[in-house]
Amino acid sequence: MAKVVVVTSGKGGVGKTTTTAALGAALAQAGEKVVVVDFDVGLRNLDLVMGAERRVVFDLINVARGEANLSQALIRDRRVDTLYLLAASQTRDKDALTEEGVAQVIADLRTRFDWVICDSPAGIERGATLAMRFADMAVVVANPEVSSVRDSDRIIGLLDSKTVKAESGERMEKYLLLTRYDAARAARGDMLSVADVLDILSIPLIGIVPESKDVLRASNMGAPVSIGHQASPAAAAYLEAARRLAGGPSALAAPIAERKSLFGRIFARRAA
Amino acid sequence: MTVTDAPAIRFRGRSYFALTLTPEAPLGAWLGRLDACLLRSPGFFGASPLILDFEGLALSRGEALELVGELTRRGLRILGLEGAAADWDDGGLPPRLAAGRDVPARDAREAPANDAASRDISSSDSDARQESQKGSQHVSRAPVPLILDAPVRSGQSIVNPDGDVIVIGPVGSGAEIVAAGSIHVYGALRGRAMAGAYGDESARIFCRRLEAELIAINGLYQTADDIEARLRAKPAQIRLADGAMRVTPFE
Repeated sequence: MAKVVVVTSGKGGVGKTTTTAALGAALAQAGEKVVVVDFDVGLRNLDLVMGAERRVVFDLINVARGEANLSQALIRDRRVDTLYLLAASQTRDKDALTEEGVAQVIADLRTRFDWVICDSPAGIERGATLAMRFADMAVVVANPEVSSVRDSDRIIGLLDSKTVKAESGERMEKYLLLTRYDAARAARGDMLSVADVLDILSIPLIGIVPESKDVLRASNMGAPVSIGHQASPAAAAYLEAARRLAGGPSALAAPIAERKSLFGRIFARRAA
Repeated sequence: MTVTDAPAIRFRGRSYFALTLTPEAPLGAWLGRLDACLLRSPGFFGASPLILDFEGLALSRGEALELVGELTRRGLRILGLEGAAADWDDGGLPPRLAAGRDVPARDAREAPANDAASRDISSSDSDARQESQKGSQHVSRAPVPLILDAPVRSGQSIVNPDGDVIVIGPVGSGAEIVAAGSIHVYGALRGRAMAGAYGDESARIFCRRLEAELIAINGLYQTADDIEARLRAKPAQIRLADGAMRVTPFE
């Protein structure tokens, strides 16, 4: 049974695309069949982060409009052979997406893949609402700063009201992924602490990705950080987040408490 | 085309909630306080139309015109006048309104139940509510509480024109709770909370953690800056006492 995941945040620049690529690659490396779908029509980036920008012929809009079939539009990753990309169109805008078209594409992808990971555009407009519309679960990406956290809170409200799952009365699964986290700065009070963010958003945490130069380097090289820089702490965080995502909610509770206390010890050391 | 061929013109009764602004004498000083208010929170009234209540002011028509002019210059839109002298003609002034009603709950407590004149114009559902309140002898302030079991997220607006709002969870920054009665937040209150919003000065706000952007009771409000630092991030109770807002720690 395929799982459709939306990676969303409200605010731009917090790491949605990086996260989509890294989680997708991590799941694919574990043997799952994964497609990452770029919903940022007009400002596509996922193709660059996946290193597939020279191979895009057909895109999401073509498929949604019936101008191409899925097999023509899906781009297979050259490093991990169970990982695929469905790119967005750079020359259209978000109005080119229709709900019916997206519904059809997602339904088709469900029959072919274990995981469909949708990279949402920033904002709360059409592109973002269509990216989340048919999702079974959401990964909410936030940075430890107030504007990102408040925007995430807004997005969580939309996930709980504007998705097909919410409208049919089911509970939308939502997980928090904290990115660009710098323990030293949080200890100094320059950033929100993990506890602060969890207190505000009150959804389960699946990972804390530390601020790392490897992330930018990986994006520029066109390799998801979880493939290209496996030794990096950021890659380790994404691999762990992917394991938790695949493990289901029961796997979440205990490790998070440990993790928090671990961070507590790091704070204490650095603050001393 | 004859008159009888034309489609009939449709008239319908419809009721709206409106904010009422009550100027106090001396008007100069009152306008000063209003300006201070608007300076602190420029968007407070937003685009919502206002009713001016002249009851007990004894203004001349000229003074009323001048006051309406002053308010219009401040960007406030006056929809109508209440308590205006009956002999003023409407030229240049917003229309006179009569028989406006505060929240049903307040009517039930303060007005005699045989207040037939005002009930004639009230909508049928609030009639029904008054009936049921009479039936239950002593009238509670919260005929229909609204209970939410999930966090109220940023951007959500929860309005209960009929009673209390009870939230089991936090109210996020950028969220808004409006209640005719009291507001209870079993979690952190980070957004806006407006209790007694349709005219009830006995309404209160309770929260487990006070980090609100704005708190208001019966139209009196404080922004985050007005709330004493020692009260922030702690359990609190907010109520009106002698016409002033009182925030107290709540153990």
